[in-house]
Amino acid sequence: MELNPQAVRPVIDVRSLTKDYYIGEIVVPALRGIDIQIFPGEMVAVMGPSGSGKSTLMNMIGCLDSPTSGEYYLDSLLVSDLHDDELAIVRNQKIGFVFQKYNLLPRVDAIENVALPLRYSDDTSNMRQRAEAALESVGLGDRMHHKPNELSGGQQQRVAIARALVNQPAILLADEPTGNLDSQSGKEVMELLLKLNQQQNTTIVLVTHDPIVAGNAQRIVQLFDGLIKTPEVVS
Amino acid sequence: MKIWQALKEAISSLTANKTRSFLTVLGIVIGVGAVIGVLSLGQGAEASIIGQIESIGTNVIYVFRGNTSEDVTNPNSLTTADADALANRTRAPHILNISPVLAGQSSVRFGDESAQTSIMGVVENYAEVTDIGLSEGSFFTESHLTNRSSVVVLGPKLAERLTGRQTELVGTTVHINNYPFRVVGITKAKGGNQFSSPDMDAYIPITAMQLRVKRQSVPNAVDFLLIQAQDSQSIDDAMQEAKNILRTSHRLSSRQPDDFTMTNQQDVLSIANSITSILTIFLAGIAGISLLVGGIGIMNIMLVSVTERTREIGLRKALGARKFDIQLQFLTESAMLSVFGGLIGIGFGWLLGEIVGAIAANSGTPLVPQISLNSVLLATLFSLAVGIFFGWYPALRAANMEPVEALRYE
Repeated sequence: MELNPQAVRPVIDVRSLTKDYYIGEIVVPALRGIDIQIFPGEMVAVMGPSGSGKSTLMNMIGCLDSPTSGEYYLDSLLVSDLHDDELAIVRNQKIGFVFQKYNLLPRVDAIENVALPLRYSDDTSNMRQRAEAALESVGLGDRMHHKPNELSGGQQQRVAIARALVNQPAILLADEPTGNLDSQSGKEVMELLLKLNQQQNTTIVLVTHDPIVAGNAQRIVQLFDGLIKTPEVVS
Repeated sequence: MKIWQALKEAISSLTANKTRSFLTVLGIVIGVGAVIGVLSLGQGAEASIIGQIESIGTNVIYVFRGNTSEDVTNPNSLTTADADALANRTRAPHILNISPVLAGQSSVRFGDESAQTSIMGVVENYAEVTDIGLSEGSFFTESHLTNRSSVVVLGPKLAERLTGRQTELVGTTVHINNYPFRVVGITKAKGGNQFSSPDMDAYIPITAMQLRVKRQSVPNAVDFLLIQAQDSQSIDDAMQEAKNILRTSHRLSSRQPDDFTMTNQQDVLSIANSITSILTIFLAGIAGISLLVGGIGIMNIMLVSVTERTREIGLRKALGARKFDIQLQFLTESAMLSVFGGLIGIGFGWLLGEIVGAIAANSGTPLVPQISLNSVLLATLFSLAVGIFFGWYPALRAANMEPVEALRYE
């Protein structure tokens, strides 16, 4: 699918974003002025060495933290100066998270894990059906009542992806989604993400160390010392 | 998040850690159990004491010689003449019956058996005034009084002690102070404890008492007067009338204080009531301290649980949980723990009360523990409040976690 960046509004629009951390009296600048635009249907990989600020950038894009300065529009909504509870609603409605360590609740089965974001949304109708549909879309229709410890790592990560998709968010944020998986499971998870991107036009932002994983993306953003190095187009 | 979802999640998280939940709840179980046990025994004791006092008769006013609250020297003795003066319908319309009482200790003998007990010299009205009923025979009459007849009405315990039975005794003879008395009746059992019980008393005409058992230096002097008011509403009026009549017959000038003291059943009841409720509140307060300790236990475990579940809290926040949602989740858990503990504690307290009641009954003190609906509701609400109060800080700590840091927590 061909995109014309000029005609479509970006889903993520980050302008001169900075973030400082304070360790006692010392100011540690983690981001020093980031500009990124990511358009609907794109799959973007964020790379960079440890300490380059890519986790901080992910937290900003994921609305888990507020920037020190700059503006961030998510789906045309200015989120950089929202309050905690407003950010919680944005996270619930517009963002799907996939973590390196899956972060599933161990006590409950797959379907309950997938339904968890729905519990925090205003629309709690048909929770089970929507969770079932999300699990089927990641190919786990036959594992709905398994608890996390009864599933393989790859399956757990697919449950996490189903959880991220269940509220039909504007973007899917994946932080090292294959980092904890063997190469075969990692490949399967990446294939699933690619399929979601290509077939359902899901916007995906991917943080990774792995150049092979990043190679799946249409665009790679390289971070270095809190700044974007040079955006390079891969394919 | 809806409250029923929070309840469902709380159940799942508390049952995931059964041993810990049980141990945490134990503090509340003991606390509530102790409070409920003490309250039930306190209310039982109150009922038992009131029952004993009421067994003496209601609407009764006691008049004693002397007055300890005023400076009175040489008070007049109360006499049968005072009793006659009080039996004046026009001056004292609210007084129903009067019975002077001359009481003393003496031996009562039947065959080889004898007992030292209270002998009550009374008039024929006494049975009505004190609401004493007879299981056999009848109380002595006015003619027994005027004739100074040697007749006696025995309490059932006394009869049992002397003769080994409580029935078919009318017509037999007992010796009081070595004078023969003919038994005319046996009173009904009234209860009381081993130290004082009307069931161990013997009643004889006051005239016979003066003649054969207790000679008085002042003629016709008695120990106290019993006055029965028309009903419980007229007690105050009856007391006022009795006071006026006694002041006249004792020839007291208006400057002189009363040389007698009056008290009534209601006063005695309210004193007994306030003593037992003060005791109950005091003991329940001490028991309540263990509830406080239980609450601190809940707070401690909730803090541990919040720390353990830091990543889960971070995840929930990332998925869209607001502060309120997180706070509700942890408050529901602590409240559920303590209410659950409270409910078990109510059962435990009930059991405690029953056991103590059974032990008391075995040792001869009638004590039936009473659990009122009020104390059950109070205990439930109080344990809910304990759960919310001690769960508040841990829940707030969970709610205020930064999602980024919580997710990073190992």
